[in-house]
Amino acid sequence: MVDTTYIFLQHYWWFIISLLGALLVFLLFVQGGQTLIYTLGKTELERTMLINALGRKWEFTFTTLVTFGGAFFASFPLFYSTSFGGAYWVWMAILFCFIVQAISYEFRSKPNNFLGQRTYEVFLYINGLLGTILFGTAVATFFTGSMFSVDKMNLTDVNNPVISSWETPWHGLEAALNLHNLALGLAVFFLARTLAILYFMNHVNHNAIFERAKKHLLYNALPFVVLFLVFVIWLMLRDGFAVNPSDGTVFMEKYKYLHNLIQMPVILIVFLVGVLLVLWGIAKSLISNYTKGIWFTGVGTVLAVLALFLIAGWNNTAYYPSTFNLQHSLTIFNSSSSKFTLTVMSFVSLLIPFVVAYIWYAWKSINVKQIDEYEMSSESHVY
Amino acid sequence: MEHFDLSLVNWSRAQFALTAMYHWVFVPLTLGLAFIIAFMETLYVKTGDEEWKRITKFWMTLFGINFAIGVATGIILEFEFGTNWSNYSWFVGDIFGAPLAIEGIMAFFMESTFIAVMFFGWNKVSKKFHLVSTWLVAVGANLSALWILVANGWMQYPAGMYFNPDTARNEMHNFWEVLFSPVAINKFLHTITSGYVLAAIFVIGVSAWYMLKGRNILLAKRSIIVAAVFGLVTSIFLALTGDGSAYQVAQKQPMKLAAMEGLYEGQEGAPLIVVGALTPGKQFDDDMDPYIFRIQIPKMLSFLGYRSGDAFVPGVKDLVEGGYTYVDKNGVEKVALSAEQKIERGKIAIKALADYTAAKDANDTVAVAYNRALLNDNFEYFGYGYLNNPKSIIPNVPLTFYSFHIMVALGFLFIGFFMLILYLVYFRQFKINKWILRLSILMIPLAYIASQTGWIVAEVGRQPWVIQDILPTVAAVSRIDSSAVQITFFLFFTIFTALLIAELRIMFKQIKIGSKEGDK
Repeated sequence: MVDTTYIFLQHYWWFIISLLGALLVFLLFVQGGQTLIYTLGKTELERTMLINALGRKWEFTFTTLVTFGGAFFASFPLFYSTSFGGAYWVWMAILFCFIVQAISYEFRSKPNNFLGQRTYEVFLYINGLLGTILFGTAVATFFTGSMFSVDKMNLTDVNNPVISSWETPWHGLEAALNLHNLALGLAVFFLARTLAILYFMNHVNHNAIFERAKKHLLYNALPFVVLFLVFVIWLMLRDGFAVNPSDGTVFMEKYKYLHNLIQMPVILIVFLVGVLLVLWGIAKSLISNYTKGIWFTGVGTVLAVLALFLIAGWNNTAYYPSTFNLQHSLTIFNSSSSKFTLTVMSFVSLLIPFVVAYIWYAWKSINVKQIDEYEMSSESHVY
Repeated sequence: MEHFDLSLVNWSRAQFALTAMYHWVFVPLTLGLAFIIAFMETLYVKTGDEEWKRITKFWMTLFGINFAIGVATGIILEFEFGTNWSNYSWFVGDIFGAPLAIEGIMAFFMESTFIAVMFFGWNKVSKKFHLVSTWLVAVGANLSALWILVANGWMQYPAGMYFNPDTARNEMHNFWEVLFSPVAINKFLHTITSGYVLAAIFVIGVSAWYMLKGRNILLAKRSIIVAAVFGLVTSIFLALTGDGSAYQVAQKQPMKLAAMEGLYEGQEGAPLIVVGALTPGKQFDDDMDPYIFRIQIPKMLSFLGYRSGDAFVPGVKDLVEGGYTYVDKNGVEKVALSAEQKIERGKIAIKALADYTAAKDANDTVAVAYNRALLNDNFEYFGYGYLNNPKSIIPNVPLTFYSFHIMVALGFLFIGFFMLILYLVYFRQFKINKWILRLSILMIPLAYIASQTGWIVAEVGRQPWVIQDILPTVAAVSRIDSSAVQITFFLFFTIFTALLIAELRIMFKQIKIGSKEGDK
């Protein structure tokens, strides 16, 4: 018997995961900005201003990543066990990128900091460069698949009870050799830099930084748009991993992701609006001295990425496909938590609007004025 | 257990232990210092005294240095559940994942949002909003601890769940039983109060250094007052929750209790070892005296563990060989099975799961019903089915024993220390002997030792289980090469150690610099 409530909850939690993923991609502007500190800041003071502009936001990105992981664990634990335990090297590399970020802001300018200011800046750069590319590459495997197998009945083999196995010795590194994955990885990297530039133009009150940012906006937005188009067009044209709703079998369907957009027109609209907002924010900032581009491009990023996540998991699609054995692919149906757990967490998720509201309020309170040279000398807590 | 890749299991354990122990170097100070700072800022807002503001900001600087590294190690722990313990993630993810997700939504965002206001909002928001933000950081940090400790408590005593053979995993059926499990509640209260005590000692120790140096005296005196009161209250509470935790261990994890006390032969009216040393090489089935020497309190272990001085406390040997009588959670008196019998029944449960699935695939309804019943009857021993040797249910007794006794001794020392400091503050008007000031500084590393040994008792003492009786650690690991885990272990070790050195150097420097303005 079809349990419609359970199916709804599985879709709802894929939406929450998608939303968290989309917010995370937007918040990666912090990472993007970290790769631009020496490009946009030519003096120590300018670099300090840029780092402080980012330093007040890094926690949001970090917390969103942690919550994204926690929510994935709670709602789709089979993904957590299969991907994290299998694509070991990719996730470990991402984690290393994030450890070194967390302390770099706080330690960078403190006296007697052991590794030296420059080392912490290199840490920030590594986090910005590899963190974004690896994250984008890992997410692209939602569409291109990975070499893994899952057999829950392995639990009954007392000598070897592991249910998920990675079927290549590369343990995730092979994802970086797939050009389609890499296109998204690099697109996320350039998007993060583009968003960071727009954020600096909005939040840092400094003419030289503004002018340099505007100049570099084109250098970063252009490769982003090209790579994004390559990824999306390729995605629309490729075969996708479809699920037969009657028996759960997975099969290859031509133009699956294009079909998903067409068959879910609301998501198509969300995607198109998102792309337009992204382009509008960039274009307006390029042709004038507009400082609010971050809001358009930021909201657009959230909408476009949300739509991409949704077409990976909704409309009977396997969101984590196995290229080793199609029938081992993960879908929102075969990998989710129980109905009871999803129900409990859905009640908790009602807190999300409240959380968003207080984040917004606190963010506004702190951003009440732009960062300027005066603040760097008068503020007691400076990175 | 030779059928498992023990090298992989051991390196995975080492990596998780390394991450958890480093994480727990930084987190307790965050938990306690957040409240101490909130108290100080409250005094500033109430009195308008600028010196309180300077004191608050000084401790806030140290808080910030410590906080970031706690966050960095925390994210690794979260993801290591997946990267290194993938079988665990599926087998109990339905229950364990929920607290982690709730932690993220409810606690982490609160902490990270208001920490930005706390650090950068002094000149941007009102005094009251700033104060509320500081309190919310403290609440958020402690809420984070609640959810992860609920999850950990559940691993020690799995409640509110059942095994679903159709999905081959454990599933939650009662959220409140998970949240309000007595083990989880005690674990939460005991753990966070240990953080409060550590933070109080840290503040007193640093302040004592200023007094020894004859500088920042007002900051030091005021900080000592706040920290000593906070420390005394919380250290007494720590002892009470410690008693509660030990009581729960006696009921739910008797092997851990036996290891904590080095109790090999069970007895009625069992004594509590106050101080003692174990005989090296002691095995559960030999005739060697377990102790080289001991000072004990008669009947106290029975009383603390079962609230009756004459109660029988099973020892390691009893738990391996079974045969003693005990009262189960439903109040029914039973004869304990031996480990060997439990292993047999665990294997029956695992085979029943395989047969159930095969029967379901073959549409054999009779076999389905039979195997399901067989599985249900034996499920409480499911995890034993992965073990081959009865001895493997014994944890590392010396490590658990010494860790437990060091932790308890230091806990009582701290209560005495706070009393002494408060006595000197109130009855001797801060006339504190320089040796006591030096002792106060020495207390800081002792507080960290107590904190770490507490976790060693909790985690080493419950081996071989990752989920008590249901999933042994050996069956919880991911299928990766042992060499891969070795590489990441050493990478983590190097980076965590470098960051610890950096943190200590920065912290010492900031303490030397002291409060930027105000009294010198």
